[in-house]
Amino acid sequence: MKYAAKRILVLLVTMVIVSFLAFAAFEVIGGDPATAILGTQATPERLEALREELGLNRPFLTRYAEWLLGFFTGDLGMSYQYRQPVLELLQSKLSVTLMLSFVSFILIVAVSIPLGLLSSRMVGKRLDGLHTAFNQLCMAVPPFFTGILLSYLFGITLKWFMPGNFPGLGNNFLGSLKYLFFAAISIAIPRIAMTVRMLRSIIVREMNQAYVRTAISRGNDRGQVLRNHVLKNALVPVVTFLAQTMAEIMAGSVVVEQVFGIPGLGRMLVSSVANRDYPVVETLVVILAFWVVLAGTVADLLNQRIDPRLRLGADA
Amino acid sequence: MKKRLFALMLAMSLVSAVLAGCAGGSKTENPGTDNAPTLKELNIGIAQDLDDSLDPHKNVAAGTREIMFNVFEGLMKPTSTGDLIPAVAESYTVSDDHLTYTFKLREGVKFHNGQTVTPDDVLYSYNRCMEDNAEIQVKLPANIDKVYVENGDICFQLTEPSNEFLSYLTVAIIPADYTEQDTKPVGTGPFKFVSHTAQDSVVMERFEEYWGESAKLDKVTFKIIENADNIVLSLQSGAVDLFAHLTTAQTSQLGAGFHVEAGTMNLVQALYLNNAVAPFDDVRVRQALCYAVDREAMIDLAFDGYGYPIGTSIYPAFGKYYDESLVNNYPHDVEKAKALLAEAGYPDGFAMSITVPSNYKPHMDTAEVLVQQLAEVGVTATIQPVEWETWLSDTYVGRQFESTVVGVDAANMTARSLLERFTSTAGNNFVNYNNAEYDTLYAAAQASFDDAEQIALYRQAAANLSENAANVYLQDMADLVAVRDGVEGLNFYPIYVLDLSTLDIAA
Repeated sequence: MKYAAKRILVLLVTMVIVSFLAFAAFEVIGGDPATAILGTQATPERLEALREELGLNRPFLTRYAEWLLGFFTGDLGMSYQYRQPVLELLQSKLSVTLMLSFVSFILIVAVSIPLGLLSSRMVGKRLDGLHTAFNQLCMAVPPFFTGILLSYLFGITLKWFMPGNFPGLGNNFLGSLKYLFFAAISIAIPRIAMTVRMLRSIIVREMNQAYVRTAISRGNDRGQVLRNHVLKNALVPVVTFLAQTMAEIMAGSVVVEQVFGIPGLGRMLVSSVANRDYPVVETLVVILAFWVVLAGTVADLLNQRIDPRLRLGADA
Repeated sequence: MKKRLFALMLAMSLVSAVLAGCAGGSKTENPGTDNAPTLKELNIGIAQDLDDSLDPHKNVAAGTREIMFNVFEGLMKPTSTGDLIPAVAESYTVSDDHLTYTFKLREGVKFHNGQTVTPDDVLYSYNRCMEDNAEIQVKLPANIDKVYVENGDICFQLTEPSNEFLSYLTVAIIPADYTEQDTKPVGTGPFKFVSHTAQDSVVMERFEEYWGESAKLDKVTFKIIENADNIVLSLQSGAVDLFAHLTTAQTSQLGAGFHVEAGTMNLVQALYLNNAVAPFDDVRVRQALCYAVDREAMIDLAFDGYGYPIGTSIYPAFGKYYDESLVNNYPHDVEKAKALLAEAGYPDGFAMSITVPSNYKPHMDTAEVLVQQLAEVGVTATIQPVEWETWLSDTYVGRQFESTVVGVDAANMTARSLLERFTSTAGNNFVNYNNAEYDTLYAAAQASFDDAEQIALYRQAAANLSENAANVYLQDMADLVAVRDGVEGLNFYPIYVLDLSTLDIAA
């Protein structure tokens, strides 16, 4: 219970700090939403009038306090650009990005753990060099490049999906899932390669430990030792790494969303920053911060299940 | 060995399970297109989102207006030939003193929400554009004294006669006191607005109760494709059937199944010079730059030869106001440029910066060619790429720049919309052009209501810009549109709009 309270506190403090930093960043980099809205119609008089209308003329701290108050009472404000409530604007985008992150994550876990196990058995074998080289290659390939490649191969040549025509989760859920799957592959490839390499080196390290030798000398076969002892020890760093991956996928989906034309949060973040659409940027930043803290919390909880020594109690 | 096989099979089965789950989805996707073969649907790609209010009186983004043109109409409506025809009005009469215009409303014109257009709606719409409201961006000219309804007709009382008055009556008519115009716009045009999903799509359907000739397409979906690398991909994949404002690099990749139609962008692309800062405050320096630049070579190099050289702030689609001879005022002449520079006190040239909004590739390409050409006369130019938002605040509004390459467009078909900005006191005179003769010519043109006289005055004003080398005028850029074979009826307009009403899919 104490743990939960502590975590929630951390979450709240993080979100307030991050949102304040985002607000402050705009004060530093300059530019204002009124010029973005008016474009070439801008004249000094019109700009002044619109700034007044949007409340941009008030001091920085007043505006931030007002936003924070709105946030905690569930009012995320209106987008300056779209003249639409932020919540309404971001709802569908959030679900698309969550779905993309989710599919990528499943893919990473489902592929990298068995592959990591397999790879640990290949150490020193004949094809090991080739296999390590391939792993390096996968790690180095940037998602936008695989994205373009996959679009041409599966989209234009094989016609398994139609690049540029994301059906929308609400309209065609399975179709959307299929579309997201190809985007997820390009996100997953380097991540899978990293996880595999990590898992492999941990297993190799553990297999050389004294306790493994002892267990084998007592008559257990290698597989049993791996499943009963080694994996448990290997999982803690892997879970931590995967949690980090989970956080990074969401923040990093910007590029892949662009390549595949997926209407998610990433593109929204880029354009709202360019247009100085403060209410939208603030909400997005808070969502991302929330996600990162959440991933860390889940990893902590999982690790405590796996390794009781990590459980808080005395020190919390 | 067995264990290894097991692990491998586990991995394979997981991958195939995921794949199978997705393959299952593909079966349900296809029937949608076969379901109703009689519906004519078209997907059009657009490069920017409608990240603006959709209220026709509030939005300013050219990209938003370009497609919302299909949803809204005013009393008058522009045609593809640059004329004005009555739309919500059926006809109009002008009083002998040219001070009162009386519009007879067309009977039974319907809004997309089913209501019939009443004189009150018209009154509301035009009054809205005369109020002092910071959010309303469309402003009617100041010479309107009042608008009133008389026997069901709409009357405009002017304080002084104006030839250009009618052009402003293309301002959209919207239902009075409808409050959701920002996100769910309602107008009287041939297409009704259905939905807009930010950064994804805009859907429009044919308005069945349209007063005029019915549109041919049943439904148009605008797909928002902001990433330039995806444009060709989405055409080839079949996601979109038509895409405007492409580059020659893009159109050359299209391959079979498409044709390219070329119009003009209706922009005045120029190397705009800040006339208030040295050395550009010297007319000889400005003229030297005009001689130094080789427009034809620039168009060949950066635009594969597509583009229409211009010599002043009027582009060819402006017909009667356009003076073709001005293009030849400054033929490419390096020696003359050098001589003028020497005369102005810069025999060894000087250094200058060219500010360019970096998200506009054509302008960046142009600037790069200009740097080379200016180097030939000893002028060292450096490109300063900036974000569009920064360009707007610092260069356009703040006027803190030496020179900049952009395209300036016209809000409507009046010469005023292109020429007013060069009068010395204009709020949008970002180049700080200050010429007493120009101000006099422009004022005289504004005051004149004799058509021929007014045209002559505007042409003189345009010639003044050319002679005094207000800017280094470059070109009206070509507008290349990729069209899937079988799609026909694309019309180019002298203003920045995409008319859907004439588009059709061949059976």
